[in-house]
Amino acid sequence: MNKVNAITNNAENWMQVRRQGLYCVPAEAYIDPHEPVERAIITHGHADHARPGHGEVLATPQTQAIMKVRYPEDNPVRISLEYHQSHGLKNNINLWFAPAGHVLGSAQAVVEFDNHRLVVSGDYKRHDDPTCKPFEVVKCDTFVTEATFALPVFSHPKLEHEMSKVLRSLDAFPERAHLIGVYGLGKCQRVMKSLRNAGYQDPFYLHGALVGLTKLYEEFGQDFGQWIAATELKGKAREEMRGRIVLAPPSTLADRWSRSLPDMLPIMASGWMQIRARARQRRAEMALIVSDHADWNDLIRTVEETEASAVWITHGRTDALEYELRKRGIHAKALDLIGREEDSE
Amino acid sequence: MEDFSRLLDELYFTNATSAKEKILANFLRSTPDPDRGWALAGIAGTLRFDLFKRNLSKSLILERMDEELFKLSYDYVGELSETIALAWQVSENPVLLNKLPGLTEVISEFQGRGKEGIRQYLVELLDNMTPPQRWALLKLGTRGLRIGMSARSVKRTLANMKSVELEVIEELWHGLEPPYESLFAWIDGKADIPDISNAIRYLPVMLAHPLDEEKDFERITPQTHIAEWKWDGIRVQIASNGDETRIFSRTGDDISGSFPDLVEAVDFHAIIDGELLVRKNGEIGSFNDLQQRLNKKKPSAKLMSELPVHFRAYDILSKNGESLRRLSLESRKEELTSLFENFDETTFSMSKPLAFSNIEDLKKMRQQAEQSNGLLEGLMIKDKSSSYVSGRPKHAWYKWKCDPYLLDAVLMYAQRGHGRRSSYYSDYTFGLWNDKGELLPIGKAYFGFTDEELKQIDNWIRKHKMKRFGPVQEVKKELVFEVAFDSAHNSTRHKSGYALRFPRIHRIRWDKPASEANVLADLEKLVHD
Ligand SMILES: [Zn+2]
Repeated sequence: MNKVNAITNNAENWMQVRRQGLYCVPAEAYIDPHEPVERAIITHGHADHARPGHGEVLATPQTQAIMKVRYPEDNPVRISLEYHQSHGLKNNINLWFAPAGHVLGSAQAVVEFDNHRLVVSGDYKRHDDPTCKPFEVVKCDTFVTEATFALPVFSHPKLEHEMSKVLRSLDAFPERAHLIGVYGLGKCQRVMKSLRNAGYQDPFYLHGALVGLTKLYEEFGQDFGQWIAATELKGKAREEMRGRIVLAPPSTLADRWSRSLPDMLPIMASGWMQIRARARQRRAEMALIVSDHADWNDLIRTVEETEASAVWITHGRTDALEYELRKRGIHAKALDLIGREEDSE
Repeated sequence: MEDFSRLLDELYFTNATSAKEKILANFLRSTPDPDRGWALAGIAGTLRFDLFKRNLSKSLILERMDEELFKLSYDYVGELSETIALAWQVSENPVLLNKLPGLTEVISEFQGRGKEGIRQYLVELLDNMTPPQRWALLKLGTRGLRIGMSARSVKRTLANMKSVELEVIEELWHGLEPPYESLFAWIDGKADIPDISNAIRYLPVMLAHPLDEEKDFERITPQTHIAEWKWDGIRVQIASNGDETRIFSRTGDDISGSFPDLVEAVDFHAIIDGELLVRKNGEIGSFNDLQQRLNKKKPSAKLMSELPVHFRAYDILSKNGESLRRLSLESRKEELTSLFENFDETTFSMSKPLAFSNIEDLKKMRQQAEQSNGLLEGLMIKDKSSSYVSGRPKHAWYKWKCDPYLLDAVLMYAQRGHGRRSSYYSDYTFGLWNDKGELLPIGKAYFGFTDEELKQIDNWIRKHKMKRFGPVQEVKKELVFEVAFDSAHNSTRHKSGYALRFPRIHRIRWDKPASEANVLADLEKLVHD
């Protein structure tokens, strides 16, 4: 290997952790920066990855659309790249996106420089999700991974198993409105679609905050069957929610609106629900373990499948993953990125 | 075991107390003896024995799991049983069961087996269980079930099942033993009320609310209230039927073994409530002296003669098998006085009401307590007419603690918290300067700050990291905490040679340079051993 290659081959030499986020020096582009920057590569639409105010946004068409719904005032130069579509950045940097299986449009940013391939996976999961493209393994030299659920206590159950809990409860309590707390992007639609697949046929009742993104999913070809805007139902009309499924943001689980639902049963759907105290914090009376992130085994399996010789860990339980990967002889290190919510979905 | 686990999950996830009680009542009605009695004992925390030791489950998981990963997991989950329940890996060649055994069978299997047998049985059960079932077993087995249901609520459930007053169950409860067959026979209408007149039992203690100087002063008069010292020992209950005596801690643990000198001295048939103290050189000793006795499960004759036990009685709950709890405090104090007439004051004494005629007198007494070198924690102010009610009834008893001491100390190390706080550095070790200009740790605190402050401190720590020792993160010695504590004493626990009682973060002194924090000599002045 000649000297030039030795320098360029190592991503350490051309990637930096800056205050605004992870930065690719030759391309002059940040990946998922948490402050406004000149050029941003965005892996997916969740708020701690996609922020407004950038000069130029490189993302999948779905992520661009999600950002438009979330930040209607924002008006960057948008460069939309379909999965696997190559795009040349400054200094011969090649960028393309691979599906990450996290939410609609979520992508791993594949950055190629000289002979080196770096994959920034953003948030990802390997479990089934009928509402987005499954994760694709991209073999690479440097793999950048999240570690949201990187502890051996996290082993996410099958989606069907969790959905059957809701259906059983609907049978047992046909007089109760079953309110499921879900995040608006991804979780809501994944839960709806999975409940349909499990055989739920009645309409869904959606809190106003979930309507916009659900419509967007429909524009991209998703079908959730009949749903009704729940916040528009007043007085007696609310009675029809008995024995049916209502979806709303988690913060509403204990608010006035949700208490006005007929005999409401609060349910929370999240990957954190595996930990009892976490589930109780939300005052949920039923906990569905539905995660949009990879669990412990999947994180390790994924890293190994990429065959990366270096692994950078962005956020979550970084110390456990770093420890386990090093034990397996993989050079892993935690990046101290700021601005990531440790508990975000 | 499936039913029991399901019951626990239902109780755990139900919010309303009344709904929990209904769920429990339904379970108790539909489950046969003795399973229901064992379930009740698990939930009420009245099992007399561990099925297995906490250490066993811990060593089993460490056989199957990397120790470092276990530590990180435990740190995150914040609770041993749940960590094991979630991280358990099924044995390579597991014994597969068609069906999990019932609760009674599980309990009798564990009780009937030796060490190795217990170990095998535990592995076999864990291998066949789901995480919630494992959690139920581990919590039951080490007597740590907490599903958000108080002992009082359990008793209320039983009272409602029988349509009797809560007091009836309260009186019976500690005279009965699991699996409570006589109790259920009575509830089912198949037998008379169980006879417990000779049982030695613990009655849950009555507790005080902190005095609110703004609101509560106007309620307090010498006609309606008594004041007495709040001693800095441990609150205990002595229960004796004249032949046999037990000493219970505030939470009902039997600590008789640690205090044979006190057990020996009792010759009355009564239940009394008071403060356990020790004497040293004829005087009441400090909490630090008491600590030496508390640490010993079987004290030596030498220790008992150096630090003999002393009991200061506050209250009396029953006498000669007859409950006095419904009497007024004033009448109970009379009963207590008559009981203690014949005692010499070396082992027993009575906490006598302090004379006062107005609030100013009370304030002076509290100042006196502050000068007591930590022997007195403050004042108790009690409504004379109050009957003895388990729990913390409003406006019956007040505690008025002395103001804490304050010192400015420098943050030295931080550690991540448990559970909800596991993403933050929330446990802090702080120190004071010695005369050589070195910082020496004096204590640890993990409360006293708001959630917002927690985030700020966490952020500061992340930016001021130094070396790391396992989970302990050393930080630059630049942040000053104003630390509040109740007393200070000599101790080998920290390098400084001092330790604090009830340390908490009082204020964060973002403005104060670390060099201006207090020195060890300042702490030395507050120590009295
Ligand atoms: Zn995300």
